[in-house]
Amino acid sequence: MTDHSSDNRLMHWSKTKNLMIVHMIIWFFFAYIVHWFATDLNQFRFLDFPVGYYMAAQGSLFAFVIQLFIFVKQQDGIDRECGVAEDD
Amino acid sequence: MSWFRLQGRFVDNLSKIYILYTGGFLVFVALMAALEQAGLGADTIGILFVAFTIVIYALIGWLSRTMQVDAYYVAGREVPPVFNGMATAADWMSGASFVAMAGGVYMAGHPYLAFVVGWTGGYVLVAVLMAPYLRKFGCYTVPDFIGTRYGGNTSRLLAVLVLVIASFTYVTAQIDATGTIASRVLQIPYAVGVWFGLLGILLCSMLGGMRAVTWTQVAQYIVLIIAYLVPVFWMSIKQDFGWFPQFVYGDAVARIQELEPLLGVGTLKPAQPVPGMSALTTLHATPGDSTMAAWKFVTLVACMMLGTASLPHILMRYFTTPSVRAARSSVAWSLFFITLLYFTAPALATLTKLQVLDPNLATSIIGKSIADVNALEWIQKWAAVGMLRVTDANGDGILQINEFFMRADIVVLATPEIAGLPYVVSGLVAAGGMAAAMSTADGLLLAIANALSHDLYYKIIDPKAETRKRLLVARILLFGIGAAGALVASLQLTGILGAVAWAFCFAMSGLFFPLVLGVWWKRANRPGAIAGMAVGLGVGSWYLYMVKFAGMTPWIGLDDLRFGIVGASASLVAMVVVTLMTEAPDAETQAMVDEVRIPSGQTILGSTH
Repeated sequence: MTDHSSDNRLMHWSKTKNLMIVHMIIWFFFAYIVHWFATDLNQFRFLDFPVGYYMAAQGSLFAFVIQLFIFVKQQDGIDRECGVAEDD
Repeated sequence: MSWFRLQGRFVDNLSKIYILYTGGFLVFVALMAALEQAGLGADTIGILFVAFTIVIYALIGWLSRTMQVDAYYVAGREVPPVFNGMATAADWMSGASFVAMAGGVYMAGHPYLAFVVGWTGGYVLVAVLMAPYLRKFGCYTVPDFIGTRYGGNTSRLLAVLVLVIASFTYVTAQIDATGTIASRVLQIPYAVGVWFGLLGILLCSMLGGMRAVTWTQVAQYIVLIIAYLVPVFWMSIKQDFGWFPQFVYGDAVARIQELEPLLGVGTLKPAQPVPGMSALTTLHATPGDSTMAAWKFVTLVACMMLGTASLPHILMRYFTTPSVRAARSSVAWSLFFITLLYFTAPALATLTKLQVLDPNLATSIIGKSIADVNALEWIQKWAAVGMLRVTDANGDGILQINEFFMRADIVVLATPEIAGLPYVVSGLVAAGGMAAAMSTADGLLLAIANALSHDLYYKIIDPKAETRKRLLVARILLFGIGAAGALVASLQLTGILGAVAWAFCFAMSGLFFPLVLGVWWKRANRPGAIAGMAVGLGVGSWYLYMVKFAGMTPWIGLDDLRFGIVGASASLVAMVVVTLMTEAPDAETQAMVDEVRIPSGQTILGSTH
């Protein structure tokens, strides 16, 4: 069912914006923050890897993949809740 | 597809068809392995691998031929998310990813991992900020979005200009890679190899446009991922590194860190440099211990990510899904399929390096006598083609770390030989590299040709052109641009990776902010977008020229690989300032933006336009 009333659209866009901001923060953390501190993180070990190296070679990648599958679910939830999802 | 019975249409049977295809490919690999045991020569195996796969792609290209506009431009918008994910992964992973990435990590260590992070994390931006909205828009090309959202031929033309510059920079590198592999495997001169590569690329795309490219890219992804993973698993098992090397190479990293001071990595410098090749002088897992090193890492990550989200040949893949929801989940699948290769590359680099360095392993060469090393088959083979050189600078008859030179590109190609795997694996790797370079070249050529035929020819020059004529123009352009790319590639101007990084910087300088703000900032208007594209492209190009060719000292470490930071910043400032100084867009445009933001309802542009 699609409902295009302006209230629904406003609610949809404000929720979509908030979701975008949350995911941009997570993205920023795994894209930049962890790598900025790579030298410090290398003092610790994870699965025998130095952590700074691990995050650049694998950790951030896995974080992005998991993040995206969760994002897809969340955004679809918002679309349905606000009645602007496409018909199945 | 007449050799087995299918109910319904091609798209209803995708899983069946591609499972059969994958099985067929594996049978072919097994057959080659058996023929090798029976005494078939290595050269013939290499030729058969490349020829067989190209024939398959060409067949798919021919079966997907079309004379319909929406099939030609957006594959009829019927590509399911998982398959579009595979096609995007092939579109995305270029010759550089396949051939050069592990080599880069091998030679440059931790700082090079910025490419691994940047070329994956960019998809978060694509999914969250771009792809679903562009899909809802219903455009055929990226300039189609810019031209309709902001209105006017100037904005459309500028978008075409940025697209052509970025994609053309990128495509020459891909044609160069197909030429390199073809010349090596088929043993023909490089200049001929380049044209042979182009022929293969055009066979996949000429007749069926986006539809043909989509279904060949899925086939190419399957070949390239098998070709990348099989040698790594095989090598790892053979050398006792464990069954799942990607998760257990932590102790290999530690062992390399232990060996580095003993072998003088980072302290012994080559006495005399060899042009085009390098000796290992960088520590494997040690990021530079300074703010500048961290800054260089994150700025390179930023350029690759913003570039990813602005490259038209990637964005246009998401125009082919059946719905906005499918476009979104397709981005997630794309990243999943890309990660399979990208998280393997550093593992491959690490394990190959360990095999070369570690005196406890039979494969090691550092610290061995020069005579013994020169007797190795893989050393002789790669030295003969000028990819590797062993010197004895200090005349002690022992190979030191600073006496072994190679081109980083060969790590992936030579790994099977270093580990002593049968030649069939090398043939497989060559086919994989070819698939990676061809699929990316196809996507890029199509992006350029479509922008020129749809946005320049149809929308600006001759809006009354009939379908036949439009599609004919599109194909002539495809051919012409491919030929131009092959011509430039045959001049061999820069290394594969230099040109690739530039393409990202050009794309982000000109397109990132006009695209993002077109959806997320309703106030953004035509003068602002024009200023954003023109200033971004202009400042970015100027900075690249000054740093690379005019000898200017880079600002705060932003060298020619990172000029997109300068270009995109200028673009953002210009776009915001000019937008705020001019009138807000009219009510119709604002309503259009509102419509783009929700998934349901009609697309902005009609299904054929």
